[in-house]
Amino acid sequence: MSEIALVNSPNVGLDKTQKGGPYVNELSTLNLGPTHPATHGIFQNILTMDGETIVDAEQTVGYIHRAFEKIAERRPFYQITTLTDRMNYCSAPINNMGWHMTVEKLLGIEVPKRAQYMRVIMMELARLTDHIVCNSILAVDTGALTGFLYVYQWREFIYEIYEEMCGARLTTNMGRFGGMERDFTPVAIEKIQKLLKELPAALKEFEGLVMRNRIFMDRTQNVGGISAERALNYGFTGPNLRAAGVDYDVRAMNPYSSYEDFEFDVPVGTKGDTYDRFLVREEEMWQSLRIIQQAMDNLPEGPYHADAPHYYLPDKQDVYHNMEALIYHFKIVMGEIDAPVGEVYHSVEGGNGELGFHLVSDGGRTPYRLKFRRPGFIYYQAFPEMIKGTTLSDAIVTMSSMNVIAGELDT
Amino acid sequence: MMNEKIIEALQAQFGEEGVYGVGESHGILQVTTAVENIVPMIHFLYAHPVFKFQFLTDLAGIHFPDAKGQELGVIYHLHSLENNVRLWIKAYAPIEAPTFPTITGLFATANWMEREAFDFYGIIFEGHPNLTRILNMDEMDYHPMRKEYPLEDATRHDKIDELFGR
Repeated sequence: MSEIALVNSPNVGLDKTQKGGPYVNELSTLNLGPTHPATHGIFQNILTMDGETIVDAEQTVGYIHRAFEKIAERRPFYQITTLTDRMNYCSAPINNMGWHMTVEKLLGIEVPKRAQYMRVIMMELARLTDHIVCNSILAVDTGALTGFLYVYQWREFIYEIYEEMCGARLTTNMGRFGGMERDFTPVAIEKIQKLLKELPAALKEFEGLVMRNRIFMDRTQNVGGISAERALNYGFTGPNLRAAGVDYDVRAMNPYSSYEDFEFDVPVGTKGDTYDRFLVREEEMWQSLRIIQQAMDNLPEGPYHADAPHYYLPDKQDVYHNMEALIYHFKIVMGEIDAPVGEVYHSVEGGNGELGFHLVSDGGRTPYRLKFRRPGFIYYQAFPEMIKGTTLSDAIVTMSSMNVIAGELDT
Repeated sequence: MMNEKIIEALQAQFGEEGVYGVGESHGILQVTTAVENIVPMIHFLYAHPVFKFQFLTDLAGIHFPDAKGQELGVIYHLHSLENNVRLWIKAYAPIEAPTFPTITGLFATANWMEREAFDFYGIIFEGHPNLTRILNMDEMDYHPMRKEYPLEDATRHDKIDELFGR
């Protein structure tokens, strides 16, 4: 706990006239962060404490702001995919696919069914990694390290599937406008089948260790709760909103990429507290496995990308032997292809909630304006309200269970 | 259709001249209105017994340097979860006096969204409880998402637009 600097508040000094010793009625200021191991990212919270109890909190964000929206105004569309990787880096493929679908909406590209199913599989794998990280680290924050070790190796395994699909692990840059950059390799299929067969056992083991654990329940139940009305008013989406009892899921409400073909449940909680958020994420992992299983069983045959030569990079062999392919290759790589004029909004269910892309195009090679609706940025502002009156240790688990990702929050 | 009903209701409430720029973009309804109509309009849609636009999805600033007198805009993105209808309300103000009313009284989530729009575009939200910069440092003396601030160093010679036929 050496990072926590305990200092006297400059505003609320000692009341020396008070009898009964110098510590009576004294509020202290506690700097939680910006670099604190328990906040999992660069967040600063200036807490006003009355003994163990948090009286007030003030947040400072923006420590890793990288001006993505400004950079995006200078970049051709395909180069923005790499920016989306770096937002919610725990589930980068969802961001990539969301961005691709936004641009496809603007361009009017119809993606073949196989590519849509492949995207669903990759997005659900990403959701699994996101929830594995959030839930197992929440367990670690309450003092249970073992469960984390059981499931974390499967996150690593999913990263191997990413590697098979796109060559990268964390910042994936997966897919292209119009589909995927390559079909599933036999190794990728084998690995996904292995995951579907073996992850349930690990997940069960993890749940057996944590879910009905008395210490874990005492640490998380009735901690950091928020009512459904307040959550909606604060713009919560994703697991955090569903834990409060609102069944809003973009996948079910505005299906994209063939989500309407799959059968899955949308779990909801009742209290919106840390334990409910944990349970909702656990159940979502089971639902993700269900979706992946259905998509693998019914994976359609056919092309894995749309026939969109203006936007989809041609085969390298064709570039060497075919003049049109060479021209398109050059134009795409140089970003010389203008997009149509228009304004689109597309949202996907990210790991943390509704991840939206509001794209305004003036007909140029770059977006005129691109606004990322980052769920983390929007719900993190409710944090002071959620921790007021609780203790410091409760604030840590609340933050952990909200799954605030610094990269997403600060863009 | 829901969208037509919304337009009818808005025009009945605010008059034909109060609701203009009506359009639909990829299924999302959009209207433009005057700055003074924003708060009444959002309250009207929030409290409406059928529409129930009670979720503020996003709030985005935007800059059009060539639109004289209407340089800075704000796009309010409302979502009616009950009807699953989305709506963009847009309003524009001159860059010399870019003041908009705050909607933090209705939506707690508008707090940081408005701070972000202030930070990047210099849009003043009157009545906001804490209108300070949020992602950029406090010492910054400009609003970086405005179009006049170039991103890349002007000394670079490898990206001259002329050479690329732009």
